[in-house]
Amino acid sequence: MTPRVVFPNKILPYLLVAPQLAITLVFFYWPAGQAFYQSMLRQDPFGLRTKFVWFANFRKVLADPAYLNSIKVTVVFSLATAIVAMCVALLLAVMAEKVVRGKGLYRTLLIWPYAVAPAIAGMLWLFLFNPSIGSLAYMLRSFGIAWDPLLNGTHAMILLVSAAAWKQISYNFLFFVAGLQAVPKALIEAAAMDGAGETKRFWTIVFPLLAPTTFFLLVVNTVYALFDTFGIVHAVTGGGPGKTTETLVYKVYNDGFVNLILGDSAAQSVILMVIVISLTAIQFRYVERKVHYG
Amino acid sequence: MKSFGFAAGVAATFMLLSSTSAFAVTQISWWHAMTGANAEVVDKISKDFNASQSDYELVPVFKGTYPETLNAGIAAYRAGQAPDIMQVFDVGTGVMMAAEGAIKPAADVLTSAGMTFDKSQYLPGIVGYYSKPDGTMLSFPYNSSSPILYYNKDIFKKAGLDVDSPPKTWNEVWEDAKKIKASGAAACGYTSTWLTWIHLENFAAWNDVSWATQQNGLAGGDVELKINAPIFVNHFQALADLAKDGTFKYGGRTSEAKQIFLAGECGIMTESSGGLGDIVKSGMNYGIGQLPYDSDAKGAPQNTTPGGASLWVFADKSDEEYKGVAAFFAYLSKTEVQEYLHQKSGYLPVTLAAYEATKKSGFYDKNVGRETPILQMTGKAPTDNSKGVRLPNLPQVRDIQNEEFEKMLAGQQTAQQALDNAVTRGNAAIKEALGN
Repeated sequence: MTPRVVFPNKILPYLLVAPQLAITLVFFYWPAGQAFYQSMLRQDPFGLRTKFVWFANFRKVLADPAYLNSIKVTVVFSLATAIVAMCVALLLAVMAEKVVRGKGLYRTLLIWPYAVAPAIAGMLWLFLFNPSIGSLAYMLRSFGIAWDPLLNGTHAMILLVSAAAWKQISYNFLFFVAGLQAVPKALIEAAAMDGAGETKRFWTIVFPLLAPTTFFLLVVNTVYALFDTFGIVHAVTGGGPGKTTETLVYKVYNDGFVNLILGDSAAQSVILMVIVISLTAIQFRYVERKVHYG
Repeated sequence: MKSFGFAAGVAATFMLLSSTSAFAVTQISWWHAMTGANAEVVDKISKDFNASQSDYELVPVFKGTYPETLNAGIAAYRAGQAPDIMQVFDVGTGVMMAAEGAIKPAADVLTSAGMTFDKSQYLPGIVGYYSKPDGTMLSFPYNSSSPILYYNKDIFKKAGLDVDSPPKTWNEVWEDAKKIKASGAAACGYTSTWLTWIHLENFAAWNDVSWATQQNGLAGGDVELKINAPIFVNHFQALADLAKDGTFKYGGRTSEAKQIFLAGECGIMTESSGGLGDIVKSGMNYGIGQLPYDSDAKGAPQNTTPGGASLWVFADKSDEEYKGVAAFFAYLSKTEVQEYLHQKSGYLPVTLAAYEATKKSGFYDKNVGRETPILQMTGKAPTDNSKGVRLPNLPQVRDIQNEEFEKMLAGQQTAQQALDNAVTRGNAAIKEALGN
């Protein structure tokens, strides 16, 4: 039983949390409330004609094949990004552990990409793989691959996943390095003495012990891919070709700010809000409990 | 530093207060989307206008790209902070026209300030596009452009083509493109920017065929797209076939294809006349031809429709501000101002007098091809098919068309399927937008 801290003054505790509450009210509850209200309106861009339509916008959005396609795209993109980012990061972390000299330098270089803004990361990859001027696209072509992310949806998705995952590898790398250091050396040495090879040691001892870190990263990476990749999508593909890379977040922007259909866009952002809230709830319920930060 | 910032703040506040009350100079705000050389033109025109009189001060503010400027204006209007004048690109024209209570027609601004507005002084194709069906001019044309054909003379020579005769019809473009590709003179024969603007909207006008019902939306009401007619299907099937072996190369939805052409990868390109500056700067040995037409079309070539942007005036401003806006529009219509705008920026002049003056000065003899976009737009009196296109949600409809084109060029569907889908989806989106 943890001891309860009791404030002698009844008002003081409220005063202490007041700034945080004010920020939450102004920057979260107010816009969230407005989005919810807007999602039940049909309005022209200038707000000259407004009609209250209850949940018609939601019904319309959920029946729209383009929206369903967008959900599919988002699931594929998020999972692919999370898996690629985590696998590569784990491989790098394990390798970096083995380096004897210059460990710090390797680590610093591997953490570097995390400081790059999403839009800049997107532009970087876009230039490298631009079918007409990209140097890596030129190499792919010389290997006989008809690289064309402008028209080939699969190529566009590969490009997008690479750019998004590349940016997230550093973050995952940091956590895996920390996780690896927490694995008791005695266990590994004991296994080595019993004749377990390196691969066997990794899969039977290190990997299971990393499970909490891996689960935590899976949630964080999925949330990143879902909500934090707008800049990359905007810079690299703009949702094209066709609608093959239009994620849920990008569709909110496109319908709201390009096509000026405010009601639909608001309804979509309310749906996204529900998704974020449930993901956060899952994280608190399962992840916080299982990850041991000791 | 801190005290300096404070002092500057006080000074700025004082200046703001004094400029509105003491000196009685009315400020006119102008939000625009011009960059580079075109932004310099905006600044010079504003400065000269301010120097020419002492009652008004025009303040130009750069607001980002065309769509960003439009969004900023809409957001500002909703917050009650709209500027006096806003530059809106051609595609946003329908959006602005649908917002009747939010804007004041340019013609009203001029007449209520006691000026007469003589329509006949302006290029008819341009003014018609920015007018209501009853003829009231709603916005003031600022920068207009038209699509033209560019070709790389070095590649033409290598392919054994006549460097002085660019292809005139689309069939000739296809033939020349094939020759360029087959001879190995370049990796691709033909590319194009803005497929929707050039190959649908201007294709329809130039060949005098209908793009949509209700005079392509200009007459208002329920509009239905007509872009799956056989002439469009044949045209796009030819493009799709050429795309298979790379004779036609797709660059992207807007002006990305210009890079492919500048890199010397393709021999021929169709692009806006406003894109000339970059091609001149690249030092390429280029040639200009008029936009190709379809040899099966009876009336072709008819006339092209204006692209570019116009200036919109917001509603609910003071009479003083409207007088200032009217004075600025009158200044902008002056021949020497239009001449400067046209020659410096590459956009079309809006008045006939400025066009005549430029012609007389010998500018077109020295700069071959600069007259082509004007001749294209004004060569014939526009028909119901060639006054322009207008929809309350043109950006969205263009997106739909682009999506279908991309699927077609990737070989996932035929031209007939692509255009049928574009019509079905486009019509549904238009109906939805009109229901607002």
